[in-house]
Amino acid sequence: MAHKSRTLPLNKRGLTFEMTMWLFTRLSALAMYALALVGAIGALIMGARNQMSFADILRWSFTPNSTHVQSTNVPDLAPWSLWFWQGVATLLVVIAVAHGVHGLVVIVDDYITSKSGRNIVRFISIVTMIAMSLVAAYVIWAL
Amino acid sequence: MGVSRNVSLSTALRYKGRGTFLTFILHRIGGLGMAIFIGLHVVASFVSGEVGNGINAVYESWLFQLFIFFCVLFHAINGLRITIVDLFPRLIDHEQEAVWLEWAVFIPVYGMAAFAILRSAFGG
Repeated sequence: MAHKSRTLPLNKRGLTFEMTMWLFTRLSALAMYALALVGAIGALIMGARNQMSFADILRWSFTPNSTHVQSTNVPDLAPWSLWFWQGVATLLVVIAVAHGVHGLVVIVDDYITSKSGRNIVRFISIVTMIAMSLVAAYVIWAL
Repeated sequence: MGVSRNVSLSTALRYKGRGTFLTFILHRIGGLGMAIFIGLHVVASFVSGEVGNGINAVYESWLFQLFIFFCVLFHAINGLRITIVDLFPRLIDHEQEAVWLEWAVFIPVYGMAAFAILRSAFGG
């Protein structure tokens, strides 16, 4: 499959909303990988090797929230509910919500093609994004 | 209104996208599954009480855990392939090989998670 690569400079490619979000989706995926790695390594340092199954470690990695290890063999929850982990979980959730809501917009755009319909979807998605971020932050910090 | 495609799933899979079209569909299913069920899980934890705990009880089911772990792991591993190929466009020539590599990574990782879920569900 031969193809010619385009070498237009960035300012001539048109950095539109879609292009920005295209890049954001990829970069936020990498950021979530980094945060999940922090969670997995942290869990192993705190002794997850002897106290948790592979599935439990994954669940902790994707959201390091102390309520996620209540049902495991972890003897002491204190190091797992450190403010550091709440910070990591909040960062992860905020990035994931932005990534996920934009993903939903991409899917919905395949089916709703009118200008006004898409504007309504954009509005609903922004409201959803802010609301979900706040709700998740409340769950992590206050519960 | 929506775009009509008039193409069946089996035709779409025989389209030259081949393996990448299957991963495209599974990526959407995984993404939607996560958005709906992890969103619901967060909201249920927020509501808590009888309603919230009732909803969260669904997440204890091993069948549901198999589903949501498929969504998360497939979306994550397929997303990593998309990210790597997109950020290094020269790799597009090797897209089909990348899809095979992706399955070679996904199957053992998901297999381990599924094994751990089933073992704790059936008390091994």
